[in-house]
Amino acid sequence: MDKIRLEHVSFVYNQGLPFEQVALDDISLSIRAGCTTGIIGHTGSGKSTMMQMLNGLTKPTSGKILLDGYDINATLEDVFEEWSSKPEYRELSKGARKKAIKREISNRRSELCFRVGLVMQYPEYQLFEETVEKDIAFGPRNMGLSEQEIADRVREAARFTGLDEDLLQKSPFDLSGGQKRRVALAGVIAMRPEVLVLDEPAAGLDPVGRTRILEGVSQYQKSTGSTVLIVSHSMEDMARYCDDVIVMGGARVLMQGDRKEVFSHAEELIEAGLDIPQITHLIRLLRKRGMELPENVYTVEDALAAVEEAFAD
Amino acid sequence: MKNVAFGQYYPAESPIHRLDPRAKVILTVLYIVCTFLCKNALSFAGLTLSALLLVLLSRLPIGMVFRSLRPILFIIAFTSIINIFMTKGEHLLTPADWKIQIYAEGLWNALFMVLRITALILGTGIFLTYTTTPIALTDALERLLAPLKKIKVPVHDFAMMMTIALRFIPTLTEETEKIMNAQRARGANFTTGSLVTRAKALIPILIPLFVSAFNRAFDLAAAMECRCYHGDEGRTRLKVLRYRASDLYAVLIMIGFGAAVLLLNHYGAGPVLS
Repeated sequence: MDKIRLEHVSFVYNQGLPFEQVALDDISLSIRAGCTTGIIGHTGSGKSTMMQMLNGLTKPTSGKILLDGYDINATLEDVFEEWSSKPEYRELSKGARKKAIKREISNRRSELCFRVGLVMQYPEYQLFEETVEKDIAFGPRNMGLSEQEIADRVREAARFTGLDEDLLQKSPFDLSGGQKRRVALAGVIAMRPEVLVLDEPAAGLDPVGRTRILEGVSQYQKSTGSTVLIVSHSMEDMARYCDDVIVMGGARVLMQGDRKEVFSHAEELIEAGLDIPQITHLIRLLRKRGMELPENVYTVEDALAAVEEAFAD
Repeated sequence: MKNVAFGQYYPAESPIHRLDPRAKVILTVLYIVCTFLCKNALSFAGLTLSALLLVLLSRLPIGMVFRSLRPILFIIAFTSIINIFMTKGEHLLTPADWKIQIYAEGLWNALFMVLRITALILGTGIFLTYTTTPIALTDALERLLAPLKKIKVPVHDFAMMMTIALRFIPTLTEETEKIMNAQRARGANFTTGSLVTRAKALIPILIPLFVSAFNRAFDLAAAMECRCYHGDEGRTRLKVLRYRASDLYAVLIMIGFGAAVLLLNHYGAGPVLS
C-alpha cells in the first residue's frame, strides 16, 4: 500500500522573477508504507525541497501530495463535495457543514508535522533548550501531551538513538557533533511520527556516528513499523538500509523501484553521474571475468555469503 | 521573510545600471536637493516628469518600482491629511461657519508633498537600491568619504563592517528561515496565541540563531586573518572604480535639472508651496 503519493508535483522558486528556478518538474512517485525508501541525487536535484513538502512546510507550485490518500494541501473547495456525503457531515446544514469541514482541514494540517516527522539537513542547529531532555521534549510538548507521556517518549527516543541517561541532563551545546545530531533526531522521533523523513542524516559524521544514527533510524522503523525516507549521497547506506530507491536528477525522477531493480541499472546510474555501491561494482567486475556470483549483492556481508557459497563446492 | 525591504537589486542592462556607484551616490544627493528646491506647480510638474523619466531609463519593471511605494503609503496619507487640514491660506473652500476648514492652498500643499515624497523614494530607489548592488554601494561610500580619514574617522572599518553586515543579511535570513522550519517541523507555532506566548515562541529561533551567528563571526574573523587582513593600510582592490565620461554627463544633467527647477520656481506662475 502507498503511504505517500506525489502526483505531478512541481515547484518553482522566485516565480516570475529573473532568478526563477525550477526545483521540481512534474514529479510523480509513490512511497510504500512500512518501508525504508532512499532518495539519491545530486545537490540541487530538488531532494530537500521535496522533503520539506511532505510535512506541509513548503507548498508545491502545482500538483498534489497525498498522505494515506488525503491531499495534505487540500482546501475547503477541494474536499467539500466529497466529504459532504460522509456520515459525520451529512446531517448538518450547509453552513455548519462548511464550518465543520474547515475545522477538520485545519486540524489535519496542524497534526501533519507530528505525523510526518522531518529531520532537516544538519539538524544540530535546531537545538536550543538548557538540557537535552527538555530539547527532546519540545515536540511532544507542542503536541499537548501529559507530562508523564512526554517523559516516557523522551526516554524512548533517547533509547532509540543511543543517548545515555546521563547525557539527558547536559546542555545540548556541550555535546559532540554526532551526539547533537542524535539529540535532534530524538527530538523528532519523540513525536512518534508515522513517517520519518531524514535529509542527509549522516552528512559530515565519522563512520561511527554514521552507523549509530542510521542504526537508530532503522531500529525506530523496525519497532514501530513506520515509513522512513532517507535522502543520502552514500550508495553504501542506501544499499544497507533501504528497501526502495528513488533516483533524482535535474528536478525529475530518473528511476524508482526496489533497490534490486534500481541497482541493476548500473550503467544508467553511472551515466547520471551517480555510483553504485562499491561492493556491487566489484561483484559486477568479477562476474564479467566469468565468476559465478549472484547479481544482487549490495552489502559486504551479502558479498561474503555469496563468495563463500560460490567456493563451497 | 525574503520580502524584507533590503538589497532589492534588480539586474538589468540600462544606462543607470552602468553608472559608477560613486556617481550614483552623488546623483542621489543632488536629486534629493532638487526635490526640495521645487516651490511651485510648474517645478513640481518638472519633478514628476523627471521621476517618470528615471523609471523608464532604469528599465526596471514599472509595477515593481511603484510597489516600493507601498510601505510609505501611510506616511504619504498622513502628510496629505495634515497638509489639507492644517494649512491656512486665502482661498477658503468650505463654508466659513464649519469647524474644519479646508483651503485651496492646503490641497495644493498636500499634492506637492505627495509628489515630493514619491519622487524622493523613487529617485533614491532607482539610483541606489534597485540598480546598484549593496557591495558596490558601500565601496562607493568608502571612496567618497575617504577624505574623512584625514580627521581620523575610521571610514574603512565602517565600510568593512557594513559590507560584512550586508553580506550576511541574506545568510542570516536564510538561517532564520531554516531554523523556523526546523522548529515548525517539531510543532512550534509562531502565529497564534497571546503576545506573551508568541514572544516565548521566538526563543527556539533566537537562541540557535545567536549561536550560529557567533560561530560564523569567529569563522569569518579566522578566515580574514588567514588571508592577512590587517585593515586599510596598503590594501589593494580587486575591482577598482573608474569614472567614465557618461558619469560626468549624468552629474551635469542633474545639475542642469536643478537649475531648471530654480528657473521654473522663479518664472513659473500658478500655486506656490507655502
